[in-house]
Amino acid sequence: MPVRQALFAAASVSIVAFAMTAFSMTPASSQTLRYANQGELKSLDPYTVKETTTIAHHAHVYEGLVTRDKDLKIAPALAESWETPEPTRWRFHLRKNVKFHNGDPFTADDVIFSADRVRAKGSNFLTNVPADAKFVKIDDYTVDVKLDSPNPILISQWDGWFIMDKKWCEDNNAVAPTPASATTPSYASLHENGTGPFTIESHQPGVKTVFKVYPGWWNKPEHNLKEIVFTSIGSAATRVAALLSGEVDVIEPVPTQDIQRVNSGGNATVMAGPEIRTIFLGMDQSRDELLYSNIKGKNPFKDIRVREAFYKAIDVDLIKNRVMRGLSTPSALMIAPQLFALSKDFTRPKADPDAAKKLMADAGYPDGFEVTMDCPNDRYVNDADICQAVVGMLARIGVKVNLLAQPKAQYFGKVLKPGGYQTSFYLLGWTPASMDSHNVLYDILGCHDPKEPTRGEANLGGYCNKDMDALTDKVLVELDNAKRDQMIKQAFELVIKDYGYIPVHQQALAWGVSKKVKLTQRADNQVLLYWATKQE
Amino acid sequence: MLAFTLRRAIQAIGVMIAVGIISFSMFRFAGDPVNQIVSIDTSAAERANIRASLGLDDPVLVQFTRYLVNAAQFKFGVSYQFRLPVADLLKERMPATLELATCATILAMIFGILMGVYCALRRDTLLAKLFQAVSLIGISLPTFLIGILLIYLFAVTLGWLPSFGRGDVVPIGWWTTGLLTLSGLKALILPSITLGLFQMTLIMRLVRAEMLEVLRTDYIRFARARGLTTRAIHFGHALKNTLVPVITVAGLQFGSVIAFAIITETVFQWPGMGLLFVQAVQNVDIPIMAAYLIMVSLIFVTINLVVDILYTVVDPRLRATVGHTT
Repeated sequence: MPVRQALFAAASVSIVAFAMTAFSMTPASSQTLRYANQGELKSLDPYTVKETTTIAHHAHVYEGLVTRDKDLKIAPALAESWETPEPTRWRFHLRKNVKFHNGDPFTADDVIFSADRVRAKGSNFLTNVPADAKFVKIDDYTVDVKLDSPNPILISQWDGWFIMDKKWCEDNNAVAPTPASATTPSYASLHENGTGPFTIESHQPGVKTVFKVYPGWWNKPEHNLKEIVFTSIGSAATRVAALLSGEVDVIEPVPTQDIQRVNSGGNATVMAGPEIRTIFLGMDQSRDELLYSNIKGKNPFKDIRVREAFYKAIDVDLIKNRVMRGLSTPSALMIAPQLFALSKDFTRPKADPDAAKKLMADAGYPDGFEVTMDCPNDRYVNDADICQAVVGMLARIGVKVNLLAQPKAQYFGKVLKPGGYQTSFYLLGWTPASMDSHNVLYDILGCHDPKEPTRGEANLGGYCNKDMDALTDKVLVELDNAKRDQMIKQAFELVIKDYGYIPVHQQALAWGVSKKVKLTQRADNQVLLYWATKQE
Repeated sequence: MLAFTLRRAIQAIGVMIAVGIISFSMFRFAGDPVNQIVSIDTSAAERANIRASLGLDDPVLVQFTRYLVNAAQFKFGVSYQFRLPVADLLKERMPATLELATCATILAMIFGILMGVYCALRRDTLLAKLFQAVSLIGISLPTFLIGILLIYLFAVTLGWLPSFGRGDVVPIGWWTTGLLTLSGLKALILPSITLGLFQMTLIMRLVRAEMLEVLRTDYIRFARARGLTTRAIHFGHALKNTLVPVITVAGLQFGSVIAFAIITETVFQWPGMGLLFVQAVQNVDIPIMAAYLIMVSLIFVTINLVVDILYTVVDPRLRATVGHTT
């Protein structure tokens, strides 16, 4: 076919021309890595904004007592080692000869100061360090943490709790964390003074931030960079264009529809991998009458057969293939397999619309019913498209779903606890901040309880199983890992038996990376460029 | 004259108050700012604390009064997202937007007038028809599409021009300019074309129509009868008279160029006020939204006021009927 050949020739010529011009246009001052993200670096104060992109940026300049390695395992950072002499007492041995970027030495006083600051009013990281943990200085390089009750996951969120310099904060009037509601800008939100591998040379909020390597870092760098230039590019098409034209080296995220083009462009590839966020569907099981349905006087979701029918009607493989273009991992559990050792014991049953239809008939809804589904349209990968697919799948069993897809600002305002859980059927995504199942069992699957308001706060559908709650409480204090995993498994089995929630999948990460750059993709979607190397 | 100016000024204040009321009522539908500030696993108690400290729990009337009083003094508070004073953020972003808007307007004027004159004088040539066709595209294609097309052609395929940002900027006092560096100038080209294209086609069509009109008037005929050269007639007399309405329109359009820079700035990640506004809308950053809306309406109102007053200065006939103008 001559036409096709001509097209092919034209395409290859343009690719070559494009590669050459891209090369000539960037006289790459090598070892400067240019990185663009859709999000912004909003504040340099590490206790102000709890959000993946921001925390990842802070991780280049600040360090915690512990960190997480490439496989999300906890690793030592500013604490060299630690032990638990008693179940309620932890001892941390701090690293010596560590200096903050301004030259101040790092000591136990900084740890105690940071522990107070992160739990002070205005901090958005209150939950990272338990309120009952008392920090006691033993000597300059030893700190004890005393607890009221045993806590096997005490340090699980400490990789996001960065240590600040006590003296620097005091000198610059930044002892209090910069709260979300600050009325005056704080010194700490525009300047940094951490111990990490990079310093921030200039920071224009929402525009551009330049990181420079910190020569006095205590550890041996894995990267070969001198400088990182971070730009926020909100428009997806522009972000992809900047990568293809060679103006930036790394972008996050690449929209699913552009992956093919980035890969075929010649000078960049898409790194895709499973993320640990689980996307799932929830149903209101607590109200006696649904807020948004044509069934009055009763709540169909209280009938386990209806929930089972919904579960069986939804074909997660089809969502994977059609909506996600292969870039998702269908999930049987409410937690990602990387975060729970016994996940492999669970498999998700195949979709079965016929069985679902029969269940609906048994439950007394042979012709289905109407229900409104709440869905965000700018929060997760292809979120509104997934909901649209669910609408179609449920139509096959006679359920008429009215889809209400809204921007996250409106969506979360409506469905979360402060909005009064105003939803009957919804899609949500969740990453356990502690990387541990207890967070999922407690926050999403726990019963609502006025006496314990934090339990089940993200359980928008009000699913409740007291046996599972009892197991959750045991999981919290169990120190033996094998026993603990068995308990978690039992708890998840109870939820599955109840059809309490409908897990959908873990979405895939998609980073666009220039062929000149090698980096490590961590499953929590933190872009950590201190593991990146760039060819000259 | 004084009465006329006062009247206009009072009307302008009325418009500003109306804008204030409308924008305030819009914020109530933008969503809950607290959700944009904290992560999803933040407890309800902590959310309530933040709401209270932002003053979101006060009665609507209290909130509105506070908003109006602050806005009247140009105190816009602190951005929810950046924790920086809104006035500082706007000041930092303003040079980018003004440079872009000015370049786009100048570009539109030069090319719009040249093409318009050509189309009027050589109505039946092929080139004139081509210009007409191009102007149709400029009027009908949406800005973001033009921007993306330009990016793919000049940045990705040809690799001549940058696809985003402002390039290197040089600070002059608090102002930053991209006009003094090569990368800054290169970065200015595509956004200016994108932003100015609509204005250009508008001016071209206006010039063409006005010029054809003027060429039919008596004094042009007399000029021809006097034996003046065609060049003197066309450029000395006809064009000059054509330009009066063109300059008025271009001046009025400058306000909308600044306002419509929102889309161009988003496509090119141009760090101006429009981009700041779009990000503020996505994050329900009410202080920025309020400040931006008030500022843009202030620009519009001021330009209108100045144009109105200038009219009466330029054209004494308007002054006589001042009492009857609306």
